[in-house]
Amino acid sequence: MFTAERYVRPATLQEALELNRKRSSTILGGGCWLRLGRKRIGTLIDLSGLGLDQIEERDGWVRIGAMVSLRQLETSALLKERFGSLFADMTGHIVGVQFRECATFGGSVWGRFGFSDILTGLLALDCEVELAEAGRIPLRDFAARKADRDILAAVWVQLDGRKAVYHTVRNAGTDFPVLACAVSCGEGETAYRLSIGARPMKAVSLEVTPDTLETALDAVSFGTNLRAGAAYRRHLASVLANRGIRELEGEQA
Amino acid sequence: MNITVTLNGTVRTAEVRPDTTLFDFLREQGCYSVKCGCETSNCGLCTVHLDGHPVLSCSVLAVRADGHTIDTLEGLQEEAAAFGACLADEGAEQCGFCSPGLILSVLAMARELQNPTDDEIRHYLAGNLCRCTGYQGQLRAIRRYLTERKEASRA
Amino acid sequence: MSEAKFVSRAVRKKDAQALMTGKPVYTGDLVPAGALTVKLLRSPHARAWIEEIDCTAAMKIPGVVAIYTWQDVPQSRFTTAGQTYPEPSPYDRLILDRQIRCAGDPVAIVAAETPEAARKALDRIKVRYQVQEPLLDFTKAKDNPIVVHPEENFRTLCDVGTDASRNLCSTEQSEVGDVEAELAASEVVLTRTYHTKANSQSMMETFRTFCYLDEYSRLCVVSSTQVPFHVRRILSNALEMKKADIRVIKPRIGGGFGAKQSSVSEVFPAFVTRMTGRPAYLEYTRQESLTNGSPRHEMQLTVRIGADRDGTLRAIDLYVLSNAGAYGDHGPTTIGLAGHKSIPLYGGLRASRFSCDVVYTNTMGAGAYRGYGATQGIFAVESAVNELAAELGIDPSVIREKNMVREGQIMPAYYNELCGSCTLDRCLARAKEMIGWDEKYPRRVLPNGHIRSVGLAMAMQGSGISGVDIASVEIRLNDDGFYTLLVGCTDMGTGCDTILAQMAADCLDCDYTDISVRGVDTDQSPYDTGSYASSTTYVTGMAVVKTCEVLREKILRQGASMLGVSEEEAEFDGKRVWTADGREVSLSEIGYASFEGHNRCLSASESHSSPVSPPPFMVGAAEIDLDPETGEVQVVDYAAAVDCGTVINPALARVQTEGGIVQGIGMALYEDVWYNADGRMVSDSLMQYKIPTRLEAGRIQVEFESSYEPTGPFGAKSIGELVINTPAPAILGAILNATGVAFHTLPVRPEDIAMAKKPSDC
Repeated sequence: MFTAERYVRPATLQEALELNRKRSSTILGGGCWLRLGRKRIGTLIDLSGLGLDQIEERDGWVRIGAMVSLRQLETSALLKERFGSLFADMTGHIVGVQFRECATFGGSVWGRFGFSDILTGLLALDCEVELAEAGRIPLRDFAARKADRDILAAVWVQLDGRKAVYHTVRNAGTDFPVLACAVSCGEGETAYRLSIGARPMKAVSLEVTPDTLETALDAVSFGTNLRAGAAYRRHLASVLANRGIRELEGEQA
Repeated sequence: MNITVTLNGTVRTAEVRPDTTLFDFLREQGCYSVKCGCETSNCGLCTVHLDGHPVLSCSVLAVRADGHTIDTLEGLQEEAAAFGACLADEGAEQCGFCSPGLILSVLAMARELQNPTDDEIRHYLAGNLCRCTGYQGQLRAIRRYLTERKEASRA
Repeated sequence: MSEAKFVSRAVRKKDAQALMTGKPVYTGDLVPAGALTVKLLRSPHARAWIEEIDCTAAMKIPGVVAIYTWQDVPQSRFTTAGQTYPEPSPYDRLILDRQIRCAGDPVAIVAAETPEAARKALDRIKVRYQVQEPLLDFTKAKDNPIVVHPEENFRTLCDVGTDASRNLCSTEQSEVGDVEAELAASEVVLTRTYHTKANSQSMMETFRTFCYLDEYSRLCVVSSTQVPFHVRRILSNALEMKKADIRVIKPRIGGGFGAKQSSVSEVFPAFVTRMTGRPAYLEYTRQESLTNGSPRHEMQLTVRIGADRDGTLRAIDLYVLSNAGAYGDHGPTTIGLAGHKSIPLYGGLRASRFSCDVVYTNTMGAGAYRGYGATQGIFAVESAVNELAAELGIDPSVIREKNMVREGQIMPAYYNELCGSCTLDRCLARAKEMIGWDEKYPRRVLPNGHIRSVGLAMAMQGSGISGVDIASVEIRLNDDGFYTLLVGCTDMGTGCDTILAQMAADCLDCDYTDISVRGVDTDQSPYDTGSYASSTTYVTGMAVVKTCEVLREKILRQGASMLGVSEEEAEFDGKRVWTADGREVSLSEIGYASFEGHNRCLSASESHSSPVSPPPFMVGAAEIDLDPETGEVQVVDYAAAVDCGTVINPALARVQTEGGIVQGIGMALYEDVWYNADGRMVSDSLMQYKIPTRLEAGRIQVEFESSYEPTGPFGAKSIGELVINTPAPAILGAILNATGVAFHTLPVRPEDIAMAKKPSDC
């Protein structure tokens, strides 16, 4: 468990940004991941007073606030209408309902964790992140960056007709994934976008066709941890990618 | 710092540290039904209702509850009695240590889901671990509780 | 005894109302205000010598009351195993030892006014270790140059073949008939080696204890334990105190499964209270419970089975190597069950042999976990029989029908006990029907490519430890005619307080609610070895029956005397003592009269110990859904047919069975105690050590095929441990039937299945 000396709930994002410039400050999202460490925090900056807990459609995009809970992602009528079961598939295996009520979307995205279901799923869509300081940048660029003192305000998902499906293999139902794989296809496109997470390293995305899939996967690196070995992960990437592609083909047919 | 919460229907103001968890706060307030089974947000034993939503009290800071409503089993005795009776009839409380958390999750589920299937029940309650029962007796108790609840609301 | 009214009925548990309403009834809910928080500084090294400990900075932290190191504690070695004295487990521990034997061994005890102060103190204690190379591979432990227990005051009370200089905790060999000759004469000999890992009981309430000095200055220990009377002795040994100065109280317990048959947490707060005179509370974190608890013994088991081509088994030879880890708690005894409760499942064997070594290593000390070695032994023997069936092309259920033990047989590998009650044959037939064996064996492929297959296994256990376990019970008649039932066995959620009250109600012809039951207090409860070894229903239950018989005679005598007749002229029917000529005195009146000066208070206390330990039996059949591409396995259906003799409480017996099966599913597919290269246990949270959630539990069907055990209360045998034994062999049998691949190491994970070389690839 972390310790904290001060707690502040800023009224504006700018205020939060200023407070967060200090290295001893930490942003409080859901707190589920933070509590696993023993960090000594000076000021805990709670973003819950900024109205970032909304999922809304604006100008051909869906904006998902950083303080939206994983449970909101899972049950949002808007996300279901726009993306089918994708967001429920991405979140439904994460620990349990009461955990997903606590954990925030922004916490998952900001952490850029290797095991992240959320990041893997989002990378298959056309997304931008909205940062307090840097403004809107493509999710892919954000994922490649290291954490800095900026603050994630929201993620924008473009409503461009891209369809995505999400599959994972887990050693047990609510465990971290052994491998996560999202596959998407843009309207009228023949190539697929593949996003592979829990390699166990951070998710990567690549463009493939059924013919280039295996060669493309051979170029992706996979690793070994407690949950599984690299060779099995490579094998699963192929299995899950093919399943995703078949599913999308089925939808188009 | 001071927080003011509505705990089990009563407004209370208390002094907490910025890093006090809701779990520690609730035990200090005498809500002994709230149990802890892990340090990693995995077990569901510490589940309470925050504004009616089931949350892990070990993972929420007490300061976050400022201005909000918290309910534990102590405050939900009447609503919990019917399901508790179903559990007891099945013998599915066994050691009972996970029961308060389970009961709070089941009450939240019953408010949220209409006519859940067995798979939907399993999915909703996947975050409530139990080592004694193998979950089968709990499922039987939940099924009976939901059926009786439905019949009672029809009558 | 008249016709049973409460026995075999699913009455609610006595404590149900308190548990369902969240009452503060567990150890952690009862800690007195002002108790010191106790925390342990633990070694990061698996093997090390403590050169120096500096507590100066830590002692300066406000609120820190005391810090104790190896220099402060008594130097008598003891065991934390909760067993009847003289314990077979070696006396190989100190409260704090200068020699570190496993990662997480305690180095210092901190007592502070608040948890925060105690935590800070842990960070400030400076320890200089001389780090030594650890012995982590238990297959290389015997005669290894690294000696885990080099100390001179290591001692054993029983001859179990211990030789600490060879890292041998114990060794045993027993043979019936001529195994080598029978194997040589067999048409087929199958030899396989299996490996089971340590498993954590993972009861939801971790280890915890608080202590205080009572008004008589005696050390009171309130603890979540299965063995309060043994804890009294263990503390007396560890603290070098008189037993008379120690009192142990067991409140409600949040699960045990054997973990709390070792005294894991008690000695530390007891030592603090002894030294400071103040109440002290120690609560193990989940991490501590996982890294330094009392898990199942890791074992390597080599089975040789000799059989004829028609499936007739001739001989079984089983060698087991068991990893005690750093300390020998339950080491010499768990191992025995691996052989003595697996081989006797087969009644027609002409010969059998069981030999074993239990070795010390620098991994966490093991302990007692439901099944207690039988689980590992049955996994190996039943898996080998499944493999033999596959090799011979015989249905694995048929090979069992042909060879299983039957009622009336003598079981040579089970201490020559008579198999006096056994419906294993009916259990097999019923389990096959329940799972749909004949339609589903061996496999079918679903349209989505998944394979559905079935597998099965048999199991047995004991009912108490014959000639060792002892239970005593006291029942008192009170004014107005209600009874108090005092027991020393420990209800840990299992419901024994309830089922013993059910038995007493029927023996005394009264209502179940007229019997109040008290939990254990060593100052007040009659002696009981404790709740382990599947003893409570069978052994303590019989003590209840005997006690009731004596009490009935006393009530009758009192009633007859009040009526002015002889006992022969009167009868007691539970409500009144009456005579043929229509005179009667009610139980209530007898109760009041017994509290009046001219009479005697009416109570009875009897003990029971059994010369035999009748095995309960069961058959478990699993149906799995296996995805051959990903290797994922889901247990979709599990059928259990159980012979536990008479079922005392069908609801509780059923839930016990379901719970044991799901723990067994966890052992088969998910649960894994991992060590890194330095010997640190890394699956140290419920995030990493995955016990089944309800998503993994599938559907479980339970039915009882009751025999009647003549030596048991109401014909009952045990159930608690038996039920964990079938899932691992049954599920691996189903995987074998699905894929043609036999796995030998638990748990079997999706990766193992997907990446396994198929027989056709070879």
